[in-house]
Amino acid sequence: MSLPPDIAAWFAQRGWVPHPHQLALMGAARDTLLIAPTGGGKTLAGFLPSLAELRLPHKGLHTLYISPLKALANDIARNLAAPVTALDLDIRVEDRTGDTNPGQRARQRVDPPHILLTTPESLALMLSYPEAPRIFGSLRRVVIDEIHALAESKRGDQLMLGLARLRSIAPTLTVTGLSATVENPAQLAQFMGGAELVLADPGPQPDIAMLATGTPPPWAGGGGQYAVEDVMAAIRSARLTLVFINTRAQAELFFQALWAVNTENLPIGLHHGSLSREVRQKAEAAMAAGHLRAMVCTGSLDLGIDWGDVDLVIQLGAPKNIKRLVQRIGRANHRYDTPSRARIVPANRFEVIECVAALEAVAARDLDGVPHPPAPLDVLCQHILLTACAAPFDATSLYHEICRAGPYRKLARADFDACLEFCATGGYALRAYDRWQRLILRDGLWQLRDPRTARLLRMNIGTIVTAEMIQVRRRRSLARLGEVEESFAASLSPGDTFLIGGQTVRYDRLRDMMLEVTPQPTRQPKIAVFSGMKMATSTELSARVLALIGDPSRWAALPAHTRDWLAMQDKIAALPTPGTLTCETFTRRGRSYFCLYGFGGRNAHQTLGLLLTRRMEEEGFGPLGFVATDYALLIWSIDPVLDPAPLLRLDNLTEGMEQWLASNALMKRIFRSIATIAGLLHRNLHGARKSGKQATFSSDILYDTLHRYDPDHLLLRTTRQAARHGLVDFDRIEAMLSASPKIVHSVVPHVTPFAAPLLLEAGKVPIQGLGAERLLEAEAARMMDEAGLT
Amino acid sequence: MTGYPLTFAGTDFVALPSGALFCPAASALILADLHLGKSERMARRGGALLPPFETRDTLDRLRREIRQTGARQLFLLGDIFDDDHAREALTQDDQDLWNRITSATACICLAGNHDPGARAEAVLGAITLRHIADRGPDISGHYHPKVRLNNVTRKAFLVGRDHLILPAFGTFTGGLDATDTSLTTLVGPGIAILTGPRPFAVPYCQPKGPKR
Repeated sequence: MSLPPDIAAWFAQRGWVPHPHQLALMGAARDTLLIAPTGGGKTLAGFLPSLAELRLPHKGLHTLYISPLKALANDIARNLAAPVTALDLDIRVEDRTGDTNPGQRARQRVDPPHILLTTPESLALMLSYPEAPRIFGSLRRVVIDEIHALAESKRGDQLMLGLARLRSIAPTLTVTGLSATVENPAQLAQFMGGAELVLADPGPQPDIAMLATGTPPPWAGGGGQYAVEDVMAAIRSARLTLVFINTRAQAELFFQALWAVNTENLPIGLHHGSLSREVRQKAEAAMAAGHLRAMVCTGSLDLGIDWGDVDLVIQLGAPKNIKRLVQRIGRANHRYDTPSRARIVPANRFEVIECVAALEAVAARDLDGVPHPPAPLDVLCQHILLTACAAPFDATSLYHEICRAGPYRKLARADFDACLEFCATGGYALRAYDRWQRLILRDGLWQLRDPRTARLLRMNIGTIVTAEMIQVRRRRSLARLGEVEESFAASLSPGDTFLIGGQTVRYDRLRDMMLEVTPQPTRQPKIAVFSGMKMATSTELSARVLALIGDPSRWAALPAHTRDWLAMQDKIAALPTPGTLTCETFTRRGRSYFCLYGFGGRNAHQTLGLLLTRRMEEEGFGPLGFVATDYALLIWSIDPVLDPAPLLRLDNLTEGMEQWLASNALMKRIFRSIATIAGLLHRNLHGARKSGKQATFSSDILYDTLHRYDPDHLLLRTTRQAARHGLVDFDRIEAMLSASPKIVHSVVPHVTPFAAPLLLEAGKVPIQGLGAERLLEAEAARMMDEAGLT
Repeated sequence: MTGYPLTFAGTDFVALPSGALFCPAASALILADLHLGKSERMARRGGALLPPFETRDTLDRLRREIRQTGARQLFLLGDIFDDDHAREALTQDDQDLWNRITSATACICLAGNHDPGARAEAVLGAITLRHIADRGPDISGHYHPKVRLNNVTRKAFLVGRDHLILPAFGTFTGGLDATDTSLTTLVGPGIAILTGPRPFAVPYCQPKGPKR
């Protein structure tokens, strides 16, 4: 296949030679999935067939481009202007996102452009209008950008449902998916509902290594502050450096530390999800214009516009996930055919091992995958309700249409019927309310009982339910500095200081759902803990770490200080090895410690900590608290655990799991997001945004009530299903305990080399058991005594 | 029975974990602010749609308290129903349960600001029972006091010289921080009894009380 002459001429004029994968897409006759590394001209490849076809007249919408980011849609509109002008095409290219003004939106509904650039949420909204068949009837092509990112969240599931709808409206549709490097392209193709794979040349091996540091990393912690001089030196040596850090708080602290040693005043920016949109856009613009030498950022820059000038990527802290590391490395792609340069910096001793294991995985081109969970039913509920907004539907034909969406290809009719029942009545426990009676069957077709509900449903579109955020602004000023999670705001007392946007501020008061602060440039901040997502180390990477620890013949790859540390652990207690579950008990300052090296990731260890301490409370061990990391779980108690086997029995833990679900705050958070997506809770109530507190209040009570009176309610089933991975990650506990039946337990007189760093770890969870209640009573008795009221 | 014994206006009482007050001498159980039908009222007024089970929960707990204390008299100090309409909107089951409870014991329902209309006051020895504190010594409800200790917030009884304020007994009821000046000026120095698995007291509004 070759390019049509005029497009070829345009390529030649720009001095470009088409990549083989760009030509392959031109020739593709059916749905395709292109896997190409960053910088491979992916997006242009996706548009080439549309540009070629649009040289002939076409009436109505021809191509729909969908990307996860609004900013990307805006950017593509600009980039398409060049070929459209060069090829002298008489077409309109417009974007439609949440930011598009109402006038433009209305016009697009009457007279759609030839190429429409949008997001999954905006597509869902357009499909909910009665005129959707008219708008999309002429559609020939759909291009889905960054589909690997969409496939990892419910946004992808929603998009695939929308795509199934589009295929019914425009049966001749051809879909092109564009993806970065992924571990299982076939699985992603199946997610698209089946597609031909086009694999681009992955490019040369990246130049990736550990950053040499002056001092060895500390025992615990995640900030990487010890390496700040070394990172500064690396920034100095490069043209433009991206410094990726895992959490927002760490990004803030490291940014401040960098500036403290930035003697030459090199322009260094900061970018993370807690900064306000204006601040972020300013940072992005400065970077695009070439004004920056470095940007400290979090996952907020994982996606988005390619900045060709980045020539060095530094990953600070554990990579946690090989695929994400590779995608981040790909950001340093001055040119497609030159190797990306990246350095990784472990933040503590355990992370040294993880970094080495990750380097080995990258060299072996061995990526990790998250098993795609079963298609979420909350998203399906939203889709059913929105389908009813567009027009009355027949249940069986809708079911068959949904089964054509990749993620839902195995949807059981019973599950579909349960969702339809929920949409129609709210389910058993909620049937009492008229307001939940939303769909009604008339003449064999399901329709909205009250057409006015459509407005409310449309306002609730989307599958992103973020933690409730509170804006931060300067006192007596309208300048917004950013936002923090509500739970963090709740933990503040007036006078507390924290870091935001690189400056220390003092919390003054909460007013109109805004956190008012005063800058305190000279004060040391109270540690900033507004956490971004806590991501667990992937199963593959954990397994690699465990294999490396357990095999002394491979330790040559590790620095000397880490080798010594491993050898010492081996001498004093036992080294964890694959196939065993290693744990140890020791005493320190009158308390008993039980440490379990599960290598199951932070979330699974956190859940295991909650379940185990519950069992220990029942058995009278008097557990007082625990701390979980990606590698281990440390529990302290009054009495020592001398025989861990009965505590670790999976059936006992599973039983405890069910009870624990009833009251767990994490489960309530999962439920809140599911109930919102399924349309039980509303984010927007007639334009007035419900405050986070209100939403949490009613969702917690709903959860408790359903749990007691209707435990098999669809949304509770969905919540339990969601708890098997993600934040609760019960699947990994199950895998850990069933894959490691051999328990190796050592009882040692004092703290072990492996456990020592855990004692310094932040994020300890106290146990509110009978012990804690006694402490509360003791405090009350002391106060009564002091007041002379005994 | 785990409770916190106290003496108020010369009469012995026990503050119960649930937020009910028991007077052994009179075999009387005293509660305030049941707010039955709150979810129904909120739904009716276009607020949050809470499932309608909290009424049953409150009634179940009330029945349990009566059984456990063996009380022969029941005083409900107002705001029993979230409003007059809520009383009629009770489900048949809840209505039956309510009737059984109120007919099995000598039950005196006082008026509250949410459900005016019933009698306003009752007397227990030298103490007046009413919804909102007035001339002491009296026992009342209305404020739903809560106390915070070591980052834990609990519904609480406030016991001053002239006034004893009960926590709300209802399931979905918010609360007013006991350090609010409307409560400190009303109750004055005394103790606060925190509800929980085992109720316990902390100093309340003491002039030289320790900082919280």
